[in-house]
Formats: sequence, structure tokens, C-alpha cells
Amino acid sequence: MRPGPVLHRPGPGYLESPRAMFELIGVPPQALFGQLLLGLINGAFYALLSLGLAVIFGLMNVINFTHGAQYMMGAFSAWMLLSYLGIPYWGALILAPIMVGLFGVLIERLFISRLYHLDHLYGLLLTFGLALIVEGLFRREYGISGLPYANPIPGGTNLGFMFLPWYRGWVVVFSLTVCLATWFVIEKTQLGAYLRAATERPDLVQAFGINVPRMITLTYGFGVGLAALAGVLAAPIYSVNPVMGSNLIIVVFAVVVIGGMGSIMGSIITGFGLGVIEGLTKVFYPEASNTVIFIIMAVVLMLRPQGLFGTPK
Amino acid sequence: MRRNLTAAAAAAALCMSAGSTLAQYSDGVIKLGVMNDQSGTYSDLSGQGSVWAAKKAIEDFCKANKCHDKIEVVFADHQNKPDVGSNIVRQWFDVDKVDAVVDVPTSSVALAVNTISKEKNKVFLVSGAAASNLTGKDCTPNTIHWTYDTWALANGTGQAIVKTGGDSWFFLTADYAFGHALERDTEAVVVKNGGKVLGKVRHPFPAQDFSSFLLQAQASKAKIIGLANAGADTTNAIKQAAEFGIVSGGQNLAGLLVFITDVHALGLKTAQGLIFTEAWYWDANDANRAFAKEFGAANRGNMPTMVQAGVYSAVLHYLKAVHELKSDGDGAAVVAKMKAMPTDDKLFGKGSIRQDGRKIHDMYLFEVKKPEESKGPWDYYKTRATIPAEQAFRPLNEGECPLVK
Amino acid sequence: MRVFAGLVLLGALAPLIVYPVFLMKVLCFALFASAFNLLIGYVGLLSFGHAMFFGFAAYVAGHLAKVGTVSLPYGLPFLGWKWLVIAIPALTPELAILGGTLVAALLGLIVGAVAIRRQGIYFAMVTLALAQMVFFLCVQAKFTGGEDGIQAIPRRPLLGVVDVGNDLKFYYVVLAIFCAGFLIIYRTIHSPFGQVLKAIRENEARAISLGYAVSRFKLIAFVISAALAGLAGATKAMVFQLASLTDVTWQMSGEVVLMTLVGGMGTVFGPAVGAAIIIYMQNYLAGFGEWVLVIQGAIFVVAVLVFRRGIVGELVALLRQRAANAEATQETIGLAKPAR
Repeated sequence: MRPGPVLHRPGPGYLESPRAMFELIGVPPQALFGQLLLGLINGAFYALLSLGLAVIFGLMNVINFTHGAQYMMGAFSAWMLLSYLGIPYWGALILAPIMVGLFGVLIERLFISRLYHLDHLYGLLLTFGLALIVEGLFRREYGISGLPYANPIPGGTNLGFMFLPWYRGWVVVFSLTVCLATWFVIEKTQLGAYLRAATERPDLVQAFGINVPRMITLTYGFGVGLAALAGVLAAPIYSVNPVMGSNLIIVVFAVVVIGGMGSIMGSIITGFGLGVIEGLTKVFYPEASNTVIFIIMAVVLMLRPQGLFGTPK
Repeated sequence: MRRNLTAAAAAAALCMSAGSTLAQYSDGVIKLGVMNDQSGTYSDLSGQGSVWAAKKAIEDFCKANKCHDKIEVVFADHQNKPDVGSNIVRQWFDVDKVDAVVDVPTSSVALAVNTISKEKNKVFLVSGAAASNLTGKDCTPNTIHWTYDTWALANGTGQAIVKTGGDSWFFLTADYAFGHALERDTEAVVVKNGGKVLGKVRHPFPAQDFSSFLLQAQASKAKIIGLANAGADTTNAIKQAAEFGIVSGGQNLAGLLVFITDVHALGLKTAQGLIFTEAWYWDANDANRAFAKEFGAANRGNMPTMVQAGVYSAVLHYLKAVHELKSDGDGAAVVAKMKAMPTDDKLFGKGSIRQDGRKIHDMYLFEVKKPEESKGPWDYYKTRATIPAEQAFRPLNEGECPLVK
Repeated sequence: MRVFAGLVLLGALAPLIVYPVFLMKVLCFALFASAFNLLIGYVGLLSFGHAMFFGFAAYVAGHLAKVGTVSLPYGLPFLGWKWLVIAIPALTPELAILGGTLVAALLGLIVGAVAIRRQGIYFAMVTLALAQMVFFLCVQAKFTGGEDGIQAIPRRPLLGVVDVGNDLKFYYVVLAIFCAGFLIIYRTIHSPFGQVLKAIRENEARAISLGYAVSRFKLIAFVISAALAGLAGATKAMVFQLASLTDVTWQMSGEVVLMTLVGGMGTVFGPAVGAAIIIYMQNYLAGFGEWVLVIQGAIFVVAVLVFRRGIVGELVALLRQRAANAEATQETIGLAKPAR
């Protein structure tokens, strides 16, 4: 149907070097390393976003379609903090998730809390509607073209096989730290144990004198905060515009489903892993790089419906 | 023959309405419909700004001439969906008695409106859409393509860059019809001028992360990376190119479709040095500045894009033709009149409209200023070259337009 | 049934007052939403990829009406890809629509066979994944014209003799198609087959234990739903004389959920009402720009929070409750059941 993937032709420099002998299907190995690393960096965003979704789904059974809008709000909050209050990136990294998290708490109290007794479907539809409202309001106020946000750590280092901007390195390290810390809190601490218990038997946990509704509200706020954090991380490298989240949301959904809905570690590993796979697709068949995740999702759902890291119910 | 018919129709109409002077106009009203993206990707570069420009053109025309006292503007959002646009335009023509549709960014919607305008014999003035097919194999006697097209952009940018030494290219192309057209047109220009294309990568639309594609472009060692995409894709690619040190590494970016709103979104620090072709810049002369000042006051302080300026210019010329004819009922006749009259307005100066519906004017090659060169907000461009009107657009005989014999 | 006859009469007279092109669009989406409702409302399966049938059928119908000739790729070992070219002349509208519908049914059979093995949210995700692949196919395939779509699709005389170039004439064709599609859905729901579907929705395990081949029932329902969604899409392509990428996007799959939700899931007329409301809003609020999005979102939120049964569903419930109340007062028993 099509004449094979459009590969880049290596420049003259590569042809002269003996390494060209080891080209892997037309791609020199150094370039491949570069692409793998870039995939890992993109995976950091997927991991952070899908982690938030997984926390919300795992502990509340709500499919949060507003997640993309909340990611966008995170990026916008960073921009607003800088332009209106002069608070730089590093401040925004702490403040923006708190601001957007509070917004999440408000939403949970006002709307989502009314739907816990119903099918998942309603939570999904409600949050979809909320996402539309938020996106519409931001478009109304800031237009669509996007806003500039300066890179806080410009420059980078040459790794030999590629140029690594400092900022991307920071994104990977920081996001990995946040992901692992979240996993640790939920799976290994007493607070996490309460949380997990509260999802299984809210009545029982309530009877132990723990305020379950408040705990759930805070959980939602935390998940939303993670989305906002990803938004702040994205602001310096991606265009800050009102639709930045809606383009990403279904991909992140796919990541969560592949990892196993509600599985914390699953969403982290899958996030990074799929970033890498997507990165490789960008080299071998770039047109399909948006679709490859869905192909994987279909296959995984057929072979292992609970997801790669989920436990069958 | 046609003039006789029109005169006869006008006379008949006069008789029927017992001497009313409005009767030559269908429904007694000249009605313009501005249809564009009011909420999506292209809403900043067209949107309400285009509506304002159309109204401004009417106001200016009526100040300078004795005008028909009922000229109305309606507008709608086609949401970049061809079926929505098609529905609105049919309803405008059939029910609301709209005489001319203006602007219409997004090629797929513009092509749909192009077909309907011909079928219903109305007027279609394109400013926002880029598809050069509108004056090529899809040209109609009812459509005029006003501001720019993919051929003009590719030609202006491609030629100028190859001539100044940028003779090896790598394309980053959005994987849809419009991106392919831009890439195809630019590649032809590059090759014709002695340059070569080292490679290309087609990215899905929309894409967020371009680092992988940029790395492939970097590895190609091409001197120029051509961005055959639009909107957020272009700004994202430019933003990330700066981050990955593409420009400081000796390669240059060429934006094939960049609007001033995109540059504004990027900020000068990121966009500096970018080279591209546009039809109009607000800070080029006093007339433009005066127009821009009024525009800004009415549009959140934004400066007009070439699309919005094009809407002004197109509407003004349309009104001139309609008043000359004293009739707006026969779309093809109005367009024929518009083609016969030389164009002249304060924003685009003197120009003309070709047989195939292509409006001809100078195009400009701009370079984005360095932050220290900019004297204030929206002071973004310096002019690298002026591409004279006769060279700026695709030669008449190369477009395969059936109207050209 | 009397309600239906009344509505047909109303539909026949409507173009006297309302613009026929707009009405045709409403009918197409009403059929699409009704087809979708057959799955969600009567089998309890939420498909989040129904746009693939709607949009792909539109492309097929558009291609058949404009070009005709079909080229199918097939792979041979060692020889690579070959093209199987079937020469067909450009078709009349009814054959083009039929072609689109058949292809949608076939696609429905393939997708359905895969998707019905999963339930609930996983079913939704499988359909979403497959729809994204169809979307990718539509972007890449030559015949779809990429982002520009298939433009200027000719509307030849019906059956080769009846001229339907005029929008008003074609409206009655569309009305007939809608009625036919709607009757199929109505018959499906009210047949023994439909009763089994409802049983599956209520309690799948029970249906299995009663000896029903649940998967087969689900699959048949899925194929009917896909075919009718395709019928709607193919008809829409002939109405607007264009087929484009918007109809295959996941946002379109979301829109049909919205229509069905607003009108009333699991009610016969609900989805059609919902479609009419949403299309009306998109058309007549088009001047409000960004606010359309906000209003649409607000409708979602209000629908989920306040009237979950949709407009028609709430209406029916209201009427039933009133009838029940009247009965209750007659018998002077104050033990009215709670509304939900």
C-alpha cells in the first residue's frame, strides 16, 4: 500500500565513517540511542499523567476525563504565576499543583462526590463535560495560539550520540522521583494502607474513626495535582495552549489501560515503556507514531484484559 | 450579452418594486458572510478579527463613496469541519440570502464552500485557506483567492533561502493534505533552484513532541529544516528546535506557514532568526499602522494577521464591483467584474485579479527580529526581500485551471 | 406505533418550515444515535468508537458515487503488495449508500468479534483502539483524500431515473432511509431477540445459564448497530456531497454518546431527540464561538447530575409516576414508590 517507512537518509558524515557498516535498517546505532533516550523523556510525561489517572481510578473508581484539562491548567498556572506575580518556574513547580489540586478538590466536592453510587460511565461523562467547560473558558480568555514560557535551564550537553538539553534531563529525573515517591506512599506506608483499605471497605474504615470522604477528596486533589505538575514540566518545552491536554488525554488513557487500571507501578513502567516504543516508531514509521499505542492497547486487552500489571478481579 | 441580461434584470426589478432604488440587489441587501474558525486552531489568525475587518471595509467604503444603505455582515464558526461549514453556507445562500462568503481558513472547508458557491452562483472570497488548488484544478468562476496560497509561500521562502546558500533541505511535514502540498511545492522550488532535499519525515497531526523528528533532521546534516506544518505544530517544532540547539548547531529553520500570531506565541527569544513569507505586515507603512491600531483597540490588543488584512481588502474590492454593477445577484458576473477592475486599497496597494481567480500582489520575505532589535510589543519582523507580484504566484499556465484557455 | 406515524407525518411536513439541509443532517445523526443506542441502551455495551462505522461508510459511499472503481491491496509472499482492481462505474446514490452500509456491517463483524469478548470499560477501550486504527487507515489511504476528504461527490438520479439534485427532493429520500433504519431498530428491540438482549443487559450470567448463546446475540446486535451507523454516515456523505476526516475522529464517537445521553439511553425516541438538540445547538449557536464548547460541557454536566435518564427518559418517568400517583390516590394508599 505504501512504499515502506520513510527513513531519513544519513548525512555524508555517516557514510564516510566505518560505523555506517553497523547501521540497523538504515539507522546508525548512535542515532538509535538518541531516539531511545528521547522516548524515555516523553515517557516521563506519560508516566506522570497516567500515574495521576491510576491513583484516581484505583482509589476512587472514577475515570477522570478532566485530566487533560488539568494538565493544561498546570501549564497555564505556571504562565500566570510568572506573568502576573513574577514567580519563576521553580516556585510554580510547587504552587501550580497546589492551585490546580485545590480546584480538583472543589470539583470533587461539588460534582464527582454525587456519582460514587453510579456506574463508572457517569463519572467519565461528567468529567468529559467538565473538561469541555474548562477548555472553552481558557480558549475564550487566552485564544488558541499559545503563550510563551521561557526555558529555566537552557543549554545542554553533548552526549556523543546526541545533544541532551539540561531541561529534558531534569524532566526525566524529577518525574521518576515523583512517581516512585507516590508509589512508595501508596503501597508502603500506613497512610497508603488506609487509602487502599478505604477503597475496599469504606464503611469499615469509617468505623475506625477515619474520615473517608475527606480522604477521597484529598486523593482526587493529589491526582489532579500530579496532572498539573506534568503541565508545569511541559510548559517550557511544549506550546502552552488550551488544547494541549485534549490531544493527549486519550493516549494517556491507553497507557493506563495497558498498564492495568488502578495499578500504580504498572502505570509508571508502562508510561516510560510506551514512550520508548513511540520514540522508535517515530524513526521507523513516523506517520503511525500516534496510533501505535492504540494497537498495543488492543492487543493487550485481547491477551491480558486486566492490563500488563493489573490483577484480575 | 451578460451585461444586457443584468441590465434587463435590473430594469425588471425596478419596474416591479415601483421605483425603489434598492431593488437591484437580491433581497434589497448586500449580505456578506464571514465564515471561519471562531474557537479552534485558527481562531486567532482569522476569527472575530476577520469579522471586524469586513465591517471596517464596509465602513471605509461608505465613507469614501456613496454606498448602498443596506450592507450587512453575518458570521459563523465552521469549527474546521467541512460538513458544518457546508451546512452553514448552504443555509446562508438558500435561506439567509447571503451574497458572498469571506475568509474560510482550513482547506477542506474552503474546498467544500468552493463547490457550493459555484453550484448556487454566489461569490466566494478566500483569505484564510492556503490550498493552491482553489485557483488550480478546482478553480471556479465564482471564487477569488485573495491573500496567499501554498505555492506562493513555498516559492517565496524556498527560492530566497536556496539563493542565499541554503541549498540542502530536510522536511518536517504534517501528515495531511495541506502539509503534503506545502512540502511538494517547496521541494519543487528547491530543486528548480539547484538545491537538494536530503530527507523528510511525516509526523502525525497534531503532534506535541518533535524532538525525535528534529534529531532525525539534525542527523541529515541538511542546512535548512523546512517546517511544512501549521499552528501549534509549527510553534512546538520551533520551540523544541531552540531547546535542542538546532540553530546554534548551524542548521536553520524555515517556516513554510507562519503567522504573526505564531511568532507572538513563541516570543522573540525563541523565534528569532526564523525566515518565512507573508503577504502583509502591520508595521510596514503608516496606512497599515493606522489600521492595526484600530484593530488592536477592538481585538484584545492583537495586531492583524495577513488573513484579516486580506479580508478587509477583498471585501472592499467586492463592494466596489457590486456598486459598479449596481447588482449583486449574479455571483459569476460580480466576480467577472472584480477581475476586470484593478484592485487598489490602503493595505495591499495596487494589484489585480487573474483569470483563474488568483489575486496578485507583492509578497514579502520576513525575518524575525532578535529581542534586542525589537522596539516594542508586536515589533517582530524585518523585511528581507520583496517578491514582486508577477513572480510571487504560480504562473497562470501551470495551475491546470479549466478557466484558463 | 401511533407516535411513530405521527412523527413521520411531522417529518414529511417539516421542510415547509425548517431548512431541508439542516433537517437531513438531523435525520442522519438521529439514525446514528439510534443505532448507537441499540448497543448502549439495550445490550449495555458502551462503544467509544462508533465514529469508525459512521465515517468509514461515508468515505466508501463517497468513493463509490464519485469514482466507482475499487482497488484492494493484498499481500503475496515474496511478491509484496499487489492491487486487486475491481472496475465499477460511478454509482447512483442508493447503490453507493448500500455499498457504504455493507462495508460498515463487515467492519462491524470484524470489530464486534474482537470487542464483545470484553465488558464494561474494557469494551469501550477496545472499540476506541480499533477506531483509532481505522482513523489512521483513513489518513493514510489514497482514496480518502487525506485531510481534504472526498469533495464534490455527485448526486446522480436515484435508480438512474429520479432526479434528486434538489435538496428538498433528496430530503424525502433521507426521510425514507431514516424511517427504514428506525423501523429496523424498533423491530429489533421489540422482538424476542430484543428481549434476550435486555436480559443480557440486566444479568448476563443468568442469560447464559438459561442457555442463550450470549456472544452470538451480542455480535448480531453489534453488527446491526454498525451497519445502521454506516447507513447514517453514507447518507450524510450524499447529503453534503463530501466525506471528511471529522466523521472518523474519536470526538465524533464522543458526540454520539452526548446525543444519546441527552435524549435518553434505552428509550426508543430519546437518541433522535438528543441528536436534534445537539445539532440544533451546533448550528444556531455557531455564532457564539468558544461558548459552544462551554455550553456543550455544561449540558453534559447537567445531564449527568440532574436528568440521567435523558429528556425522553425523564418525560416517560414523569408520565408513569403521574399515572401511578393517580392510581394511588384512587386506592387511597399512600405508599408511592420512590422515583428512582
